[in-house]
This record gives sequence, structure tokens and C-alpha cells, in this order.
Amino acid sequence: MALLEIRNIVRRFGDFTAVDGVSMDIEAGEFFTLLGPSGCGKTTLLRMIAGFDSPQSGEMLLDGKDLASIAPEKRPIHTVFQSYALFPHMTVAENIAFPLRMRKLGKGEIGERVRQSLEDVRLTDRGGRYPGELSGGQRQRVALARALVNRPRLLLLDEPLAALDMKLREQMQLELINLQKEVGITFIYVTHDQTEALALSHRIAVMNGGKVEQLDEPSKIYDSPKNRFVADFIGTCNLIDAEVSVAGEEKMVLQIRGLGEVAARNPGATGGAKGILALRPEKVRIAAQLAPEDDENHFKGRVHDFLYMGDVTVYIVEVGDGVHVEALLPNSAAGRPRILAVGDPVEIAWRYDAGTFLDG
Amino acid sequence: MSKKLLAASGIAVYAFLYLPLVVVVAYSFNNSKLNAEWVGFTWHWYQVLLSDDTMLKAAGNSLLIALTASLASTVLGTMAGYALYRYKLKLLPVLVMAPLAIPEILVGVSLLIFFVAINLTLGLLSIMLSHIAFCVGFVAIVVRSRLSGMDESLPEAARDLGATPFQAFRLVTLPLIAPGIIAGALLAFTLSIDDFVITFFTAGVGASTLPLQIYSMIKIAVTPEVNAISTLLMLLTLFLIVVASRLSPDSIRGR
Repeated sequence: MALLEIRNIVRRFGDFTAVDGVSMDIEAGEFFTLLGPSGCGKTTLLRMIAGFDSPQSGEMLLDGKDLASIAPEKRPIHTVFQSYALFPHMTVAENIAFPLRMRKLGKGEIGERVRQSLEDVRLTDRGGRYPGELSGGQRQRVALARALVNRPRLLLLDEPLAALDMKLREQMQLELINLQKEVGITFIYVTHDQTEALALSHRIAVMNGGKVEQLDEPSKIYDSPKNRFVADFIGTCNLIDAEVSVAGEEKMVLQIRGLGEVAARNPGATGGAKGILALRPEKVRIAAQLAPEDDENHFKGRVHDFLYMGDVTVYIVEVGDGVHVEALLPNSAAGRPRILAVGDPVEIAWRYDAGTFLDG
Repeated sequence: MSKKLLAASGIAVYAFLYLPLVVVVAYSFNNSKLNAEWVGFTWHWYQVLLSDDTMLKAAGNSLLIALTASLASTVLGTMAGYALYRYKLKLLPVLVMAPLAIPEILVGVSLLIFFVAINLTLGLLSIMLSHIAFCVGFVAIVVRSRLSGMDESLPEAARDLGATPFQAFRLVTLPLIAPGIIAGALLAFTLSIDDFVITFFTAGVGASTLPLQIYSMIKIAVTPEVNAISTLLMLLTLFLIVVASRLSPDSIRGR
């Protein structure tokens, strides 16, 4: 039995359906992420799990027990809010002690657990400070400590890193992964940042328009997006209109207007189907001249434009009759930030299984 | 040049506002029956004041009314302010705010008619009720603005961490809006203690308050006793204003 079972949850606000029939199982010990653009329903779903909002239909079972009739304060679920929601009139230690006080634990035990908790988040010397006197990263750690001190069954995190700058965010990502491993508590993490989701999660549910578009491991989400939305939302992706001309068991041949025939992996489409070819730029090889290899699509073209990003350069290559393909080249050659200029003739190639055909 | 002009006009404005008050205070210590020329320093008028039973009775009434009215209107106004913040109702804001905008004389007359209609004997009770009525709106506005400056997720976080709705209010919301509530209470107190117009209509014959008493004395002659009581009233209000401003929204720690 899954730790949290979500069954056909629907939440409408007037005419707007924020969550539209979402079902998912979240396993104990998992780092689970709800990923999607703003307004996709991820935060509404999180609020319903916490108990701040109720669905119009559907049910949520925690350890097999229906959550509907359980008030937020009675749920073994704690939340780390986007604003951290630290109580400004209480010291750091008082903030962390709050959930323990609500459970009416003894003074001695509260003191001991707060001390331990402060130690865990390396804020031992900050217990007497007020939240307003802490840095963003420290507040973040206090919020985590406060939400974890009671050992909840489930920890909900609502974009907890959004307010931090990039360097600190990366550091906190690592801390979060380690923390989750250490405490073994199930995390449900909400974010609109796909790199964060890929880096942190065991599994990701990509949401859009109140629905789950794909629920999978990060590598599956990235390498085998199920549809156009997921391919487009996660990372960058070449999305080229295509039609299936020959559908084989595992391989297929696509007809692309202006380019001709392209071999691709067949996820189960039949001949004549119309859709798109999804191809990650880093899977496209690019050079002035490329030796053809087996099972590769190989095209000659011209550099249409490029973006120098520091670690890599993104080339937009025009092949065939006006088809643009993005290819990524690491800037590994010292002293030569780029080797190709706009207008240069160039060759690109990719293995057939680097591209996925997506219906619709 | 323009800087000097600005300073001069600033001083002029303050002089216009405060010079009359300075004169009132100064003449309360004047050893003369007339507010005309300075004769010498004396505590005489304060001694007269302390032995003036009518005046003391009126002062007692005023304090009693102001305390009751500010207490009751703070409780009601806090509830109204919370409702204004929590629920987006259309009619409630109008109902709460309207008494602030309606001319006092209208409020006074209508309350008088109302009290007569329900057969309530005019006196301390009717004054208290009318003061509560016009103070509630002021408290509600102060409390609501304090609430809307509060992070909405704070009471939610309290619930999330195991607090019942009442505990969340008592342990998180209330301490955070307390400065607003106290400021509202002080505002209500100062509004009540020096109200004249509404009190005049709802006082009846028996009960008198300080402003009414001072007014009735002035009708005969302005003796320095009036200056003395005015000075004391001014000191009390000044003290309350200083306390209220100390409790302004940014005074809480860590925000």
C-alpha cells in the first residue's frame, strides 16, 4: 500500500478547474515532485494534502485512512512554506518548539529536541535570534527544522528555494537530498523549476492545466517525454512536425517536410500517424565534417545562428529546405570558445533512438 | 533662500497649531482671574479644580465612558476588522466605515431619536452606547490594516504545525496584530474622552462629561480653571498618542 493515495481529485474555483481529476500514489520514503508552470494546479493539490483546502470530489488516503474528515492540525503532515512562514514574534528556538508545544510535550523533552534540531541544521548559536535577524538560507533551514522536528509522515515543500539566489539554491538542493536520505521522511516537493525537479526527485509528476501529463523517474521524463508539453517544458527540445511513413517493431521512418526521411525510435505509433519528432539538442552531433556511423541520421546544413552560453554553445542549424535543428556543442577546446560562424557549412548527425516520435 | 523660506513656513505652521495651546497651558498657572495679562505663577487654579465637585464628577464620567467605550469598541472593532480582512464581503465595509464619514451632528441627532424611540433614559448608558457606535469603525480600520500587513501563511503554518484554529489565533495572529489592537483602543479612548457633539445630543440632563462641563463654564466666563482642566486633558491625550505611536506597525521585532 502506498503512503499517500490520491484518487480522482477535482478542485474548481468558479469556472476555473485548478485540479482536474488527478490520481497518483506516493510511496513511503520517496522524494516526489509536482512540477509544472504557474497555475497548473500543483500548489492547490499541495494545499489540499495539507488540509488548507478541500477537493470537490475524489479522495486522499494516508496509510489507507481517508484524510477528508481530518483537520490540518491533526494530519501527520507538515509544510515548508514558500515564504517560510516563520513566526516573527518568536525566536528561532521558540519557532522550532511550536509544534512540540502543540503536542503538549514536557518542557525538558522540548528543550532537548529543539537543541538537537538546531544542531542538525547547524544553527546552534542562533536559537535566541528572531527570524528577521537571519539570512535567507538560515531562515530556510529553520523552516525545515520546524517542519521536521515532529517527525511527520509526510513533508510538503512549496517552492522552498524560490527566494534564494542561484549559488545558495544549488547548495540547498544538495542539503535537501542529504536531509531526506537521513530522516527518511517522504517529501512532496512543488516547483516550477525543471532542473531542480530533475536533480532532487525520485519521481516527478509533470502537471499542466490541472492534469498530470506524465509521472515518471527524472531520466524517463527527460529522455522519453510522453507528449509535446512534457518535451517542451523539460529542458530544451527540437520539436519538428513529422508523419510516420513506415512503422517497425522498434524503429520507424518519419517523413519530415523539407528534410525527407528520418529514422526514429517507435514508441508504438502506426503508419500514417501525424505528430512531432522530439530531439534533445545535446544528442545531436555537430562538426564541419562528420564521419557517418551506423544507425545515424546524417544531414548537411548551414549555421543559421548560435548562442554562446559559456560552458556550451547552442547552434541553430538550417538543414534541408528551411528546417531548423538545435545542436549543442561543449566548449571544451581551450582558447576556442566557438569553432563555427554563422553561414558556415556544417554537418549534423544523431542516432535514430535519440529522437522520439510523439502523437498529436 | 528657498530652504530658509521652507523652514520659516514650517515654523509658522507649528506656531499656528501650538501657540494657542501654549497660551492655554501658561495661563493655567497665572495668578489672576482673567486670561489677559501675566501676573505671577500659582497652583491656585489646580486647587480650585480639585475642590470643584461638579468638575470632578464630569471628569469621572468622562473617564468611565472613555474606558468602557474604548474597551467595548476594541473588542467589537477587532472582530469587525478581522471579518473585513478574512471575508471579501460587499456590504460589511460600507456598514463599518459609514459612521466615520457621516457628519457627527447627524449621528448625534439620529442616536437621540433612536434612544427616545426605544424609550432609553438619556444618561451615562446612552452616552456609552453612542461612543461605542462611532469608535468601532476606527478600531476596525486600524486592525484590518495591521492584518493585511501580515503574511497570510503564518496562521496556516500554525494550523499545519498542530494548532487548533483558536490556538492559531491566540498564539500567532493575536500577538502579531496586538500593536494594532492597542493603537485602536487608544484611538477610541482619545476620540471618546473629548467628544462633544454626539455627547451633547445623547447626554440628557443628569449626566455631564468634561467637554460638556467646560462648554457650560465658558458660557459664563473663561476662568483659568478651564485652562487647568484643559491642560490636564491635553497631557493625558498627549501621553496616549505617544504610547500609540510607539506601537506603530513596524515596532514589532524581526519584521
